Amino acid sequence: MEQIKKGALWVFCEVQSGELLPVGMQLLGRAKTLAAESNRPLYAIVLGKIPEGAVKTLGAAGADEVICSDSPALADKLEQPYADSLIDLAQKFEPDILLVGATPFGRAFAPRVAAALGTGLTADCTELSIEAESGLLLQTRPAFGGNMMATIKTATHRPQMATVRPGVLPLPEPVETPLSEPIAIPYNNEAGLVRLLRETAISKGADISQSKIIVAAGRGIGQKKNLKLVQALADKLGGEVGASRPLVDMGFCPYSSQIGQTGYSVAPDLLICCGISGAVQHLAGIGGAKTVIAINTDPKAPIFSVADYKIVGDCVTVLENLLKLLG
Amino acid sequence: MKIFVCMKQVPAAATASIDPLTKTIVRTANNAVTNPFDLYALQTALDIRKQTGGSLTAITMGIPAAERVLRDAVSRGADGGVLLSDRAFAGADTLATSYALSLGIEKMGGSDLIVCGKMAVDGDTAQIGPELAQHLGIPHVSDVCEILEAAEDHLVVRRVWDEVEQELYLPLPALITVVKGQNLPQLATIPGMLRGRDVEIPLFTAEALNADTERCGLKGSPTQVVRTFTPPVRGQAKTIEGSETQQAEELAKVIKEVLYGAD
Repeated sequence: MEQIKKGALWVFCEVQSGELLPVGMQLLGRAKTLAAESNRPLYAIVLGKIPEGAVKTLGAAGADEVICSDSPALADKLEQPYADSLIDLAQKFEPDILLVGATPFGRAFAPRVAAALGTGLTADCTELSIEAESGLLLQTRPAFGGNMMATIKTATHRPQMATVRPGVLPLPEPVETPLSEPIAIPYNNEAGLVRLLRETAISKGADISQSKIIVAAGRGIGQKKNLKLVQALADKLGGEVGASRPLVDMGFCPYSSQIGQTGYSVAPDLLICCGISGAVQHLAGIGGAKTVIAINTDPKAPIFSVADYKIVGDCVTVLENLLKLLG
Repeated sequence: MKIFVCMKQVPAAATASIDPLTKTIVRTANNAVTNPFDLYALQTALDIRKQTGGSLTAITMGIPAAERVLRDAVSRGADGGVLLSDRAFAGADTLATSYALSLGIEKMGGSDLIVCGKMAVDGDTAQIGPELAQHLGIPHVSDVCEILEAAEDHLVVRRVWDEVEQELYLPLPALITVVKGQNLPQLATIPGMLRGRDVEIPLFTAEALNADTERCGLKGSPTQVVRTFTPPVRGQAKTIEGSETQQAEELAKVIKEVLYGAD
Protein backbone atom coordinates (compact mmCIF):
# COMPACT_ATOMS: atom_id res chain seq x y z
CA MET A 1 0.00 0.00 0.00
CA GLU A 2 2.99 2.27 -0.08
CA GLN A 3 1.73 3.91 -3.23
CA ILE A 4 -1.01 5.52 -1.10
CA LYS A 5 0.46 8.73 0.23
CA LYS A 6 -0.73 10.33 3.43
CA GLY A 7 -1.96 13.93 3.41
CA ALA A 8 -3.75 13.46 0.09
CA LEU A 9 -6.95 15.00 -1.23
CA TRP A 10 -9.71 12.38 -1.35
CA VAL A 11 -12.97 12.48 -3.26
CA PHE A 12 -15.61 9.91 -2.30
CA CYS A 13 -17.25 8.77 -5.53
CA GLU A 14 -20.71 7.33 -5.03
CA VAL A 15 -22.08 4.46 -7.10
CA GLN A 16 -25.81 4.12 -7.67
CA SER A 17 -27.35 1.14 -9.48
CA GLY A 18 -23.93 0.05 -10.78
CA GLU A 19 -22.95 3.46 -12.14
CA LEU A 20 -20.78 6.29 -10.91
CA LEU A 21 -22.82 9.38 -10.04
CA PRO A 22 -21.66 12.48 -11.98
CA VAL A 23 -21.11 14.46 -8.77
CA GLY A 24 -17.94 12.40 -8.13
CA MET A 25 -16.45 13.51 -11.43
CA GLN A 26 -17.61 17.09 -10.83
CA LEU A 27 -15.75 17.08 -7.52
CA LEU A 28 -12.64 15.52 -9.05
CA GLY A 29 -12.59 18.22 -11.71
CA ARG A 30 -12.49 20.96 -9.07
CA ALA A 31 -10.24 18.92 -6.76
CA LYS A 32 -7.63 18.53 -9.50
CA THR A 33 -6.98 22.27 -9.37
CA LEU A 34 -7.01 22.30 -5.57
CA ALA A 35 -4.59 19.36 -5.47
CA ALA A 36 -2.23 21.02 -7.92
CA GLU A 37 -2.32 24.33 -6.02
CA SER A 38 -1.51 22.65 -2.73
CA ASN A 39 0.76 19.93 -4.05
CA ARG A 40 -1.34 17.04 -2.80
CA PRO A 41 -2.02 13.76 -4.59
CA LEU A 42 -5.67 13.30 -5.61
CA TYR A 43 -7.40 9.99 -4.87
CA ALA A 44 -10.88 8.86 -5.87
CA ILE A 45 -12.46 6.55 -3.28
CA VAL A 46 -15.05 3.98 -4.33
CA LEU A 47 -16.73 1.78 -1.71
CA GLY A 48 -18.57 -1.43 -2.52
CA LYS A 49 -18.43 -3.06 -5.93
CA ILE A 50 -16.55 -0.86 -8.37
CA PRO A 51 -18.31 -0.57 -11.75
CA GLU A 52 -16.52 -1.70 -14.88
CA GLY A 53 -14.65 1.15 -16.52
CA ALA A 54 -14.95 3.31 -13.42
CA VAL A 55 -11.19 3.55 -12.85
CA LYS A 56 -10.68 4.93 -16.33
CA THR A 57 -13.53 7.42 -15.91
CA LEU A 58 -12.21 8.64 -12.56
CA GLY A 59 -8.68 8.88 -13.89
CA ALA A 60 -9.95 10.88 -16.84
CA ALA A 61 -11.71 13.21 -14.39
CA GLY A 62 -8.39 13.91 -12.65
CA ALA A 63 -7.74 11.21 -10.05
CA ASP A 64 -4.08 10.18 -9.57
CA GLU A 65 -5.20 6.85 -8.09
CA VAL A 66 -8.49 5.09 -7.44
CA ILE A 67 -8.76 3.40 -4.07
CA CYS A 68 -11.54 0.89 -3.66
CA SER A 69 -12.72 -1.15 -0.75
CA ASP A 70 -15.32 -3.87 -1.10
CA SER A 71 -16.72 -6.55 1.16
CA PRO A 72 -20.06 -8.27 1.76
CA ALA A 73 -20.67 -5.62 4.46
CA LEU A 74 -20.91 -3.03 1.69
CA ALA A 75 -23.36 -4.92 -0.51
CA ASP A 76 -26.16 -2.55 0.46
CA LYS A 77 -25.41 1.15 0.42
CA LEU A 78 -26.32 2.04 4.01
CA GLU A 79 -25.03 4.72 6.37
CA GLN A 80 -23.22 2.77 9.05
CA PRO A 81 -21.15 0.21 7.09
CA TYR A 82 -20.12 2.79 4.48
CA ALA A 83 -19.14 5.23 7.19
CA ASP A 84 -17.20 2.53 9.06
CA SER A 85 -15.35 1.57 5.91
CA LEU A 86 -14.40 5.16 5.06
CA ILE A 87 -13.40 5.82 8.68
CA ASP A 88 -11.17 2.75 8.50
CA LEU A 89 -9.50 3.98 5.30
CA ALA A 90 -9.07 7.50 6.63
CA GLN A 91 -7.49 6.26 9.84
CA LYS A 92 -5.04 4.12 7.87
CA PHE A 93 -4.06 6.65 5.22
CA GLU A 94 -4.78 10.03 6.85
CA PRO A 95 -6.13 12.20 4.04
CA ASP A 96 -5.75 15.95 4.46
CA ILE A 97 -8.98 16.79 2.63
CA LEU A 98 -12.05 14.60 2.11
CA LEU A 99 -14.81 15.73 -0.27
CA VAL A 100 -18.17 14.03 -0.60
CA GLY A 101 -21.06 14.69 -3.00
CA ALA A 102 -24.06 16.07 -1.11
CA THR A 103 -26.47 13.47 -2.45
CA PRO A 104 -29.05 12.18 0.04
CA PHE A 105 -26.70 9.27 0.81
CA GLY A 106 -23.63 11.49 1.05
CA ARG A 107 -25.42 13.79 3.47
CA ALA A 108 -26.59 10.79 5.50
CA PHE A 109 -23.27 8.98 5.95
CA ALA A 110 -20.50 11.64 5.77
CA PRO A 111 -21.42 13.18 9.17
CA ARG A 112 -20.75 9.82 10.84
CA VAL A 113 -17.27 9.86 9.32
CA ALA A 114 -16.63 13.40 10.54
CA ALA A 115 -17.84 12.58 14.05
CA ALA A 116 -15.71 9.45 14.27
CA LEU A 117 -12.61 11.29 13.06
CA GLY A 118 -13.42 14.22 15.35
CA THR A 119 -13.27 16.71 12.54
CA GLY A 120 -15.43 19.38 10.94
CA LEU A 121 -17.77 18.94 7.99
CA THR A 122 -19.07 21.85 5.94
CA ALA A 123 -22.29 20.98 4.16
CA ASP A 124 -23.37 22.10 0.69
CA CYS A 125 -20.41 24.24 -0.28
CA THR A 126 -20.87 26.31 -3.40
CA GLU A 127 -17.20 27.11 -3.76
CA LEU A 128 -13.94 25.46 -2.71
CA SER A 129 -10.49 27.00 -2.92
CA ILE A 130 -7.05 26.81 -1.35
CA GLU A 131 -5.76 29.55 0.95
CA ALA A 132 -2.42 30.41 -0.59
CA GLU A 133 -0.36 31.03 2.55
CA SER A 134 -1.60 28.03 4.57
CA GLY A 135 -2.68 25.50 1.97
CA LEU A 136 -5.94 25.14 3.91
CA LEU A 137 -9.23 24.37 2.19
CA LEU A 138 -11.56 27.39 2.06
CA GLN A 139 -15.17 26.20 2.11
CA THR A 140 -17.82 28.69 1.06
CA ARG A 141 -21.54 28.16 1.61
CA PRO A 142 -24.65 30.27 2.09
CA ALA A 143 -24.97 31.49 5.67
CA PHE A 144 -28.14 32.04 7.60
CA GLY A 145 -29.29 35.55 8.31
CA GLY A 146 -29.34 38.15 5.62
CA ASN A 147 -28.10 37.59 2.14
CA MET A 148 -24.69 36.31 3.04
CA MET A 149 -22.14 33.71 2.18
CA ALA A 150 -19.71 32.34 4.76
CA THR A 151 -16.20 31.08 4.14
CA ILE A 152 -15.23 28.37 6.59
CA LYS A 153 -12.01 26.58 7.32
CA THR A 154 -10.97 23.60 9.39
CA ALA A 155 -7.58 24.74 10.55
CA THR A 156 -6.55 22.30 13.25
CA HIS A 157 -8.42 19.06 12.56
CA ARG A 158 -7.95 16.51 9.79
CA PRO A 159 -9.25 15.68 7.34
CA GLN A 160 -10.87 18.92 6.23
CA MET A 161 -14.29 17.65 5.14
CA ALA A 162 -16.86 19.28 2.88
CA THR A 163 -19.84 18.28 0.77
CA VAL A 164 -20.95 19.86 -2.50
CA ARG A 165 -24.36 19.42 -4.11
CA PRO A 166 -24.63 17.67 -7.47
CA GLY A 167 -24.67 20.12 -10.36
CA VAL A 168 -22.92 22.96 -8.53
CA LEU A 169 -19.57 22.23 -10.19
CA PRO A 170 -19.18 21.53 -13.92
CA LEU A 171 -18.07 18.16 -15.28
CA PRO A 172 -14.38 18.35 -16.23
CA GLU A 173 -13.12 17.72 -19.75
CA PRO A 174 -11.72 14.17 -19.72
CA VAL A 175 -7.92 13.95 -19.76
CA GLU A 176 -5.57 11.13 -20.82
CA THR A 177 -5.01 8.75 -17.93
CA PRO A 178 -2.70 5.80 -17.41
CA LEU A 179 -5.03 4.36 -14.75
CA SER A 180 -6.68 1.02 -15.37
CA GLU A 181 -6.61 -0.78 -12.01
CA PRO A 182 -7.78 0.42 -8.61
CA ILE A 183 -5.78 -0.01 -5.43
CA ALA A 184 -7.92 -2.48 -3.53
CA ILE A 185 -7.92 -2.23 0.25
CA PRO A 186 -9.65 -5.11 2.01
CA TYR A 187 -12.35 -4.25 4.50
CA ASN A 188 -13.15 -6.89 7.07
CA ASN A 189 -15.75 -5.34 9.34
CA GLU A 190 -19.05 -6.98 9.95
CA ALA A 191 -22.16 -5.85 8.17
CA GLY A 192 -24.01 -2.98 9.82
CA LEU A 193 -26.99 -3.59 12.07
CA VAL A 194 -29.56 -2.06 9.73
CA ARG A 195 -30.98 -4.49 7.20
CA LEU A 196 -32.36 -3.53 3.82
CA LEU A 197 -35.65 -5.37 3.44
CA ARG A 198 -36.79 -4.01 0.13
CA GLU A 199 -35.52 -1.51 -2.39
CA THR A 200 -37.41 -0.16 -5.36
CA ALA A 201 -35.92 2.04 -7.99
CA ILE A 202 -38.26 4.93 -8.59
CA SER A 203 -38.35 6.82 -11.78
CA LYS A 204 -38.11 10.17 -10.13
CA GLY A 205 -39.41 11.88 -13.20
CA ALA A 206 -37.56 14.76 -14.71
CA ASP A 207 -36.00 17.05 -12.17
CA ILE A 208 -35.06 20.51 -13.25
CA SER A 209 -31.28 20.21 -12.93
CA GLN A 210 -30.84 19.52 -16.66
CA SER A 211 -33.50 21.88 -18.03
CA LYS A 212 -32.41 24.44 -20.60
CA ILE A 213 -35.38 26.73 -20.06
CA ILE A 214 -36.95 27.23 -16.65
CA VAL A 215 -39.86 29.39 -15.56
CA ALA A 216 -39.61 29.51 -11.78
CA ALA A 217 -42.18 30.69 -9.29
CA GLY A 218 -41.84 32.01 -5.76
CA ARG A 219 -44.14 33.26 -3.06
CA GLY A 220 -45.00 36.31 -5.13
CA ILE A 221 -47.15 34.09 -7.31
CA GLY A 222 -49.80 34.39 -4.62
CA GLN A 223 -52.41 31.72 -5.03
CA LYS A 224 -51.79 28.18 -6.18
CA LYS A 225 -54.05 28.62 -9.20
CA ASN A 226 -51.65 31.21 -10.60
CA LEU A 227 -49.12 28.44 -11.13
CA LYS A 228 -51.15 27.57 -14.26
CA LEU A 229 -49.74 30.74 -15.83
CA VAL A 230 -46.20 29.65 -15.00
CA GLN A 231 -46.86 26.21 -16.45
CA ALA A 232 -48.42 27.76 -19.55
CA LEU A 233 -45.37 29.92 -20.18
CA ALA A 234 -43.03 26.98 -19.58
CA ASP A 235 -45.04 24.87 -22.07
CA LYS A 236 -45.02 27.68 -24.61
CA LEU A 237 -41.22 28.02 -24.36
CA GLY A 238 -40.56 24.28 -24.21
CA GLY A 239 -39.23 24.55 -20.68
CA GLU A 240 -39.91 23.30 -17.18
CA VAL A 241 -41.45 24.83 -14.09
CA GLY A 242 -39.14 25.50 -11.14
CA ALA A 243 -40.04 26.63 -7.66
CA SER A 244 -38.54 28.30 -4.62
CA ARG A 245 -38.46 26.42 -1.33
CA PRO A 246 -41.50 28.12 0.26
CA LEU A 247 -43.74 26.93 -2.60
CA VAL A 248 -42.48 23.36 -2.17
CA ASP A 249 -42.89 23.59 1.60
CA MET A 250 -46.46 24.77 1.13
CA GLY A 251 -47.14 21.81 -1.14
CA PHE A 252 -47.74 23.99 -4.22
CA CYS A 253 -44.94 22.30 -6.21
CA PRO A 254 -43.11 18.94 -6.03
CA TYR A 255 -39.59 18.68 -4.61
CA SER A 256 -38.29 17.72 -8.07
CA SER A 257 -38.86 21.35 -9.06
CA GLN A 258 -37.18 22.98 -6.06
CA ILE A 259 -34.28 25.28 -6.92
CA GLY A 260 -31.67 26.24 -4.34
CA GLN A 261 -29.31 25.02 -1.68
CA THR A 262 -31.65 22.32 -0.38
CA GLY A 263 -33.15 21.63 -3.80
CA TYR A 264 -31.53 21.36 -7.21
CA SER A 265 -28.84 23.48 -8.78
CA VAL A 266 -29.81 24.61 -12.25
CA ALA A 267 -27.87 25.98 -15.19
CA PRO A 268 -30.42 26.81 -17.89
CA ASP A 269 -29.90 29.09 -20.87
CA LEU A 270 -32.95 31.05 -19.78
CA LEU A 271 -34.35 31.40 -16.27
CA ILE A 272 -37.48 33.46 -15.70
CA CYS A 273 -38.05 34.13 -12.00
CA CYS A 274 -41.64 35.03 -11.15
CA GLY A 275 -42.22 36.45 -7.69
CA ILE A 276 -38.99 35.05 -6.27
CA SER A 277 -37.31 37.35 -3.76
CA GLY A 278 -33.94 35.61 -4.04
CA ALA A 279 -32.87 34.38 -0.60
CA VAL A 280 -29.19 33.50 -0.62
CA GLN A 281 -30.11 29.80 -0.37
CA HIS A 282 -32.07 30.17 -3.60
CA LEU A 283 -29.36 32.17 -5.35
CA ALA A 284 -26.90 29.38 -4.48
CA GLY A 285 -28.79 27.15 -6.90
CA ILE A 286 -28.91 29.45 -9.94
CA GLY A 287 -25.30 30.54 -10.31
CA GLY A 288 -24.99 28.63 -13.58
CA ALA A 289 -27.99 30.22 -15.32
CA LYS A 290 -26.98 32.11 -18.48
CA THR A 291 -29.74 34.67 -18.80
CA VAL A 292 -31.91 35.57 -15.83
CA ILE A 293 -35.14 37.54 -16.12
CA ALA A 294 -36.66 38.51 -12.78
CA ILE A 295 -40.13 39.83 -12.06
CA ASN A 296 -40.90 41.04 -8.55
CA THR A 297 -42.96 43.75 -6.90
CA ASP A 298 -40.17 44.71 -4.51
CA PRO A 299 -37.57 46.85 -6.31
CA LYS A 300 -35.04 45.92 -3.60
CA ALA A 301 -35.50 42.14 -3.98
CA PRO A 302 -32.06 40.43 -4.00
CA ILE A 303 -33.08 38.41 -7.08
CA PHE A 304 -32.52 41.59 -9.12
CA SER A 305 -28.84 41.59 -8.14
CA VAL A 306 -28.30 38.43 -10.18
CA ALA A 307 -30.72 39.27 -12.99
CA ASP A 308 -29.90 40.38 -16.52
CA TYR A 309 -33.37 41.84 -17.03
CA LYS A 310 -35.71 43.09 -14.36
CA ILE A 311 -39.36 44.00 -14.24
CA VAL A 312 -40.63 45.65 -11.09
CA GLY A 313 -44.24 44.60 -10.99
CA ASP A 314 -46.73 41.90 -10.20
CA CYS A 315 -45.63 38.69 -11.87
CA VAL A 316 -49.19 37.44 -12.29
CA THR A 317 -50.15 40.49 -14.38
CA VAL A 318 -46.92 40.29 -16.37
CA LEU A 319 -47.46 36.58 -17.06
CA GLU A 320 -51.07 37.15 -18.15
CA ASN A 321 -50.03 39.90 -20.57
CA LEU A 322 -47.10 37.93 -21.90
CA LEU A 323 -49.20 34.82 -22.49
CA LYS A 324 -51.81 36.88 -24.35
CA LEU A 325 -49.06 38.24 -26.54
CA LEU A 326 -47.52 34.84 -27.23
CA GLY A 327 -50.97 33.57 -28.18
CA MET B 1 -39.07 2.11 25.41
CA LYS B 2 -37.04 5.22 26.20
CA ILE B 3 -37.42 7.75 23.41
CA PHE B 4 -35.59 11.05 23.03
CA VAL B 5 -36.46 13.77 20.55
CA CYS B 6 -33.79 16.34 19.71
CA MET B 7 -35.21 19.81 19.26
CA LYS B 8 -33.78 23.15 18.32
CA GLN B 9 -34.82 26.73 18.68
CA VAL B 10 -34.09 28.58 15.46
CA PRO B 11 -34.25 32.31 14.80
CA ALA B 12 -37.28 33.44 12.86
CA ALA B 13 -35.73 34.03 9.44
CA ALA B 14 -36.15 37.77 9.07
CA THR B 15 -34.67 38.69 12.42
CA ALA B 16 -31.42 36.74 12.52
CA SER B 17 -28.18 38.60 12.99
CA ILE B 18 -24.55 37.53 12.95
CA ASP B 19 -21.98 38.15 15.67
CA PRO B 20 -19.24 40.18 13.96
CA LEU B 21 -16.51 38.51 16.02
CA THR B 22 -17.37 34.80 15.96
CA LYS B 23 -19.50 35.11 12.81
CA THR B 24 -22.05 32.75 14.29
CA ILE B 25 -25.77 33.42 14.66
CA VAL B 26 -26.73 35.62 17.60
CA ARG B 27 -29.32 33.62 19.52
CA THR B 28 -31.81 35.53 21.62
CA ALA B 29 -35.07 34.65 23.29
CA ASN B 30 -37.02 37.02 21.08
CA ASN B 31 -38.37 35.85 17.77
CA ALA B 32 -37.13 32.30 18.17
CA VAL B 33 -39.27 29.43 16.91
CA THR B 34 -39.10 25.65 17.09
CA ASN B 35 -37.33 24.21 14.07
CA PRO B 36 -40.27 23.03 11.91
CA PHE B 37 -38.72 19.63 11.17
CA ASP B 38 -38.53 18.91 14.91
CA LEU B 39 -42.30 19.08 15.27
CA TYR B 40 -42.56 16.20 12.81
CA ALA B 41 -39.87 14.36 14.77
CA LEU B 42 -41.87 14.89 17.95
CA GLN B 43 -45.07 13.66 16.33
CA THR B 44 -43.29 10.58 14.98
CA ALA B 45 -42.01 9.86 18.50
CA LEU B 46 -45.50 10.37 19.97
CA ASP B 47 -46.96 7.93 17.42
CA ILE B 48 -44.28 5.35 18.24
CA ARG B 49 -44.83 5.73 21.98
CA LYS B 50 -48.55 5.14 21.43
CA GLN B 51 -47.67 1.70 20.07
CA THR B 52 -44.79 0.69 22.29
CA GLY B 53 -45.45 2.59 25.50
CA GLY B 54 -42.53 4.04 27.42
CA SER B 55 -41.22 7.53 27.99
CA LEU B 56 -40.60 10.41 25.63
CA THR B 57 -38.13 13.13 26.54
CA ALA B 58 -37.34 16.23 24.47
CA ILE B 59 -33.75 17.42 24.63
CA THR B 60 -32.10 20.61 23.41
CA MET B 61 -28.83 22.43 23.73
CA GLY B 62 -29.16 26.18 23.76
CA ILE B 63 -29.49 29.39 25.69
CA PRO B 64 -31.66 29.21 28.86
CA ALA B 65 -34.64 30.57 26.91
CA ALA B 66 -34.50 27.49 24.67
CA GLU B 67 -36.32 25.81 27.54
CA ARG B 68 -39.42 27.08 25.77
CA VAL B 69 -39.20 24.46 23.00
CA LEU B 70 -39.07 21.77 25.68
CA ARG B 71 -42.16 23.13 27.45
CA ASP B 72 -43.84 23.29 24.07
CA ALA B 73 -42.90 19.64 23.44
CA VAL B 74 -44.36 18.63 26.81
CA SER B 75 -47.54 20.53 26.07
CA ARG B 76 -47.82 18.53 22.85
CA GLY B 77 -47.43 15.23 24.67
CA ALA B 78 -43.78 14.60 25.63
CA ASP B 79 -43.24 13.36 29.18
CA GLY B 80 -40.40 15.69 29.97
CA GLY B 81 -37.56 17.82 28.72
CA VAL B 82 -33.83 18.22 29.32
CA LEU B 83 -31.94 21.45 28.68
CA LEU B 84 -28.20 21.54 28.10
CA SER B 85 -27.08 25.10 28.64
CA ASP B 86 -23.75 26.65 29.43
CA ARG B 87 -21.66 29.52 28.11
CA ALA B 88 -19.11 26.81 27.26
CA PHE B 89 -21.58 25.42 24.68
CA ALA B 90 -21.92 28.72 22.77
CA GLY B 91 -20.78 28.89 19.17
CA ALA B 92 -20.82 25.13 18.70
CA ASP B 93 -20.70 23.62 15.22
CA THR B 94 -22.34 20.27 14.51
CA LEU B 95 -19.47 18.22 15.98
CA ALA B 96 -19.50 20.06 19.30
CA THR B 97 -23.31 20.14 19.44
CA SER B 98 -23.70 16.43 18.77
CA TYR B 99 -21.03 15.71 21.38
CA ALA B 100 -22.95 17.66 24.03
CA LEU B 101 -26.24 15.99 23.07
CA SER B 102 -24.63 12.56 23.33
CA LEU B 103 -23.49 13.37 26.87
CA GLY B 104 -26.96 14.67 27.78
CA ILE B 105 -28.62 11.47 26.60
CA GLU B 106 -26.05 9.32 28.40
CA LYS B 107 -26.57 11.40 31.54
CA MET B 108 -30.28 10.58 31.35
CA GLY B 109 -29.45 6.88 31.32
CA GLY B 110 -29.26 6.34 27.56
CA SER B 111 -31.99 5.76 25.00
CA ASP B 112 -33.65 3.03 22.98
CA LEU B 113 -34.64 5.40 20.21
CA ILE B 114 -33.64 8.95 19.27
CA VAL B 115 -35.74 10.88 16.77
CA CYS B 116 -34.36 14.00 15.08
CA GLY B 117 -35.79 16.25 12.41
CA LYS B 118 -34.04 15.87 9.06
CA MET B 119 -32.31 19.21 9.53
CA ALA B 120 -32.61 22.60 11.17
CA VAL B 121 -33.67 25.43 8.93
CA ASP B 122 -30.99 27.81 10.23
CA GLY B 123 -28.05 25.69 9.14
CA ASP B 124 -29.52 23.18 6.68
CA THR B 125 -26.68 20.76 7.42
CA ALA B 126 -28.66 17.62 8.38
CA GLN B 127 -25.57 16.52 10.33
CA ILE B 128 -26.60 16.43 13.99
CA GLY B 129 -28.56 13.15 13.76
CA PRO B 130 -25.85 11.07 12.06
CA GLU B 131 -23.08 12.62 14.19
CA LEU B 132 -25.01 11.94 17.39
CA ALA B 133 -25.57 8.31 16.35
CA GLN B 134 -21.85 7.96 15.67
CA HIS B 135 -20.90 9.44 19.07
CA LEU B 136 -23.25 6.97 20.76
CA GLY B 137 -22.10 4.06 18.62
CA ILE B 138 -25.60 3.23 17.39
CA PRO B 139 -26.95 2.76 13.86
CA HIS B 140 -29.15 5.36 12.22
CA VAL B 141 -31.40 5.83 9.23
CA SER B 142 -31.68 9.32 7.74
CA ASP B 143 -34.69 10.82 5.98
CA VAL B 144 -37.36 8.42 7.26
CA CYS B 145 -40.77 9.22 5.79
CA GLU B 146 -42.87 6.45 7.37
CA ILE B 147 -42.76 4.11 10.36
CA LEU B 148 -44.08 0.79 9.09
CA GLU B 149 -43.60 -1.15 12.30
CA ALA B 150 -42.65 -0.14 15.83
CA ALA B 151 -41.75 -2.75 18.44
CA GLU B 152 -39.77 -2.91 21.68
CA ASP B 153 -36.58 -4.02 19.97
CA HIS B 154 -36.84 -2.77 16.40
CA LEU B 155 -38.43 -0.46 13.85
CA VAL B 156 -39.26 -1.04 10.22
CA VAL B 157 -39.05 2.26 8.36
CA ARG B 158 -39.45 3.57 4.84
CA ARG B 159 -37.50 6.31 3.15
CA VAL B 160 -37.52 7.78 -0.32
CA TRP B 161 -34.34 9.14 -1.81
CA ASP B 162 -33.76 10.60 -5.26
CA GLU B 163 -33.81 7.32 -7.12
CA VAL B 164 -34.67 4.64 -4.60
CA GLU B 165 -37.33 3.80 -2.09
CA GLN B 166 -36.15 1.60 0.77
CA GLU B 167 -37.71 -0.39 3.56
CA LEU B 168 -35.26 -0.93 6.39
CA TYR B 169 -35.17 -3.04 9.52
CA LEU B 170 -33.54 -1.11 12.33
CA PRO B 171 -32.67 -2.89 15.58
CA LEU B 172 -32.78 -0.70 18.68
CA PRO B 173 -31.06 1.21 20.18
CA ALA B 174 -30.90 3.43 17.12
CA LEU B 175 -31.54 6.92 15.77
CA ILE B 176 -33.74 8.11 12.94
CA THR B 177 -34.08 11.48 11.26
CA VAL B 178 -37.48 12.26 9.77
CA VAL B 179 -38.60 14.39 6.86
CA LYS B 180 -41.60 16.66 6.91
CA GLY B 181 -45.08 15.73 5.94
CA GLN B 182 -45.53 12.11 7.04
CA ASN B 183 -47.77 13.18 9.89
CA LEU B 184 -49.61 16.20 11.11
CA PRO B 185 -48.00 17.59 14.27
CA GLN B 186 -50.76 17.75 16.82
CA LEU B 187 -51.48 20.90 18.72
CA ALA B 188 -51.13 21.24 22.44
CA THR B 189 -54.19 20.43 24.50
CA ILE B 190 -55.20 22.61 27.45
CA PRO B 191 -54.12 20.00 30.04
CA GLY B 192 -50.95 19.59 27.97
CA MET B 193 -50.25 23.31 28.14
CA LEU B 194 -50.64 23.22 31.90
CA ARG B 195 -48.23 20.31 32.13
CA GLY B 196 -45.83 22.16 29.85
CA ARG B 197 -46.04 25.23 32.05
CA ASP B 198 -45.50 23.38 35.33
CA VAL B 199 -43.08 20.62 34.36
CA GLU B 200 -39.66 20.70 35.96
CA ILE B 201 -37.01 21.01 33.23
CA PRO B 202 -33.64 19.79 34.45
CA LEU B 203 -30.70 21.91 33.25
CA PHE B 204 -27.27 20.41 32.77
CA THR B 205 -24.13 22.51 32.45
CA ALA B 206 -20.94 21.29 30.83
CA GLU B 207 -19.61 20.47 34.27
CA ALA B 208 -22.72 18.51 35.23
CA LEU B 209 -22.27 16.47 32.06
CA ASN B 210 -18.62 15.96 32.87
CA ALA B 211 -17.93 17.34 29.42
CA ASP B 212 -14.47 17.87 28.03
CA THR B 213 -14.66 21.63 27.49
CA GLU B 214 -12.04 21.35 24.76
CA ARG B 215 -14.76 19.58 22.77
CA CYS B 216 -17.56 22.07 23.55
CA GLY B 217 -18.78 25.29 21.97
CA LEU B 218 -16.63 27.46 19.75
CA LYS B 219 -13.44 25.99 21.23
CA GLY B 220 -14.55 22.46 20.38
CA SER B 221 -15.67 23.32 16.85
CA PRO B 222 -13.26 22.31 14.10
CA THR B 223 -15.04 24.48 11.54
CA GLN B 224 -14.57 28.19 11.97
CA VAL B 225 -16.07 30.95 9.92
CA VAL B 226 -13.27 33.13 8.63
CA ARG B 227 -15.30 35.57 6.58
CA THR B 228 -18.86 36.40 5.66
CA PHE B 229 -19.70 38.40 2.58
CA THR B 230 -22.51 39.39 0.29
CA PRO B 231 -22.51 37.31 -2.88
CA PRO B 232 -21.17 39.15 -5.91
CA VAL B 233 -23.81 40.69 -8.11
CA ARG B 234 -24.07 39.94 -11.77
CA GLY B 235 -23.83 43.54 -12.80
CA GLN B 236 -26.61 45.96 -13.42
CA ALA B 237 -29.82 44.33 -14.57
CA LYS B 238 -31.50 46.03 -17.51
CA THR B 239 -34.86 47.34 -16.38
CA ILE B 240 -37.84 46.65 -18.61
CA GLU B 241 -40.07 49.69 -18.17
CA GLY B 242 -43.22 51.15 -19.61
CA SER B 243 -46.88 50.30 -19.37
CA GLU B 244 -47.89 46.74 -18.58
CA THR B 245 -48.48 46.05 -22.27
CA GLN B 246 -45.14 47.57 -23.23
CA GLN B 247 -43.40 45.51 -20.59
CA ALA B 248 -44.96 42.33 -21.93
CA GLU B 249 -43.96 43.22 -25.50
CA GLU B 250 -40.39 43.99 -24.49
CA LEU B 251 -40.23 40.83 -22.41
CA ALA B 252 -41.43 38.71 -25.32
CA LYS B 253 -38.71 40.28 -27.45
CA VAL B 254 -36.01 39.56 -24.88
CA ILE B 255 -37.14 35.93 -24.54
CA LYS B 256 -37.06 35.49 -28.33
CA GLU B 257 -33.57 36.99 -28.52
CA VAL B 258 -32.25 34.74 -25.77
CA LEU B 259 -33.76 31.60 -27.26
CA TYR B 260 -33.39 32.21 -30.97
CA GLY B 261 -30.81 34.99 -31.22
CA ALA B 262 -31.45 38.54 -32.36
CA ASP B 263 -33.36 39.00 -35.60
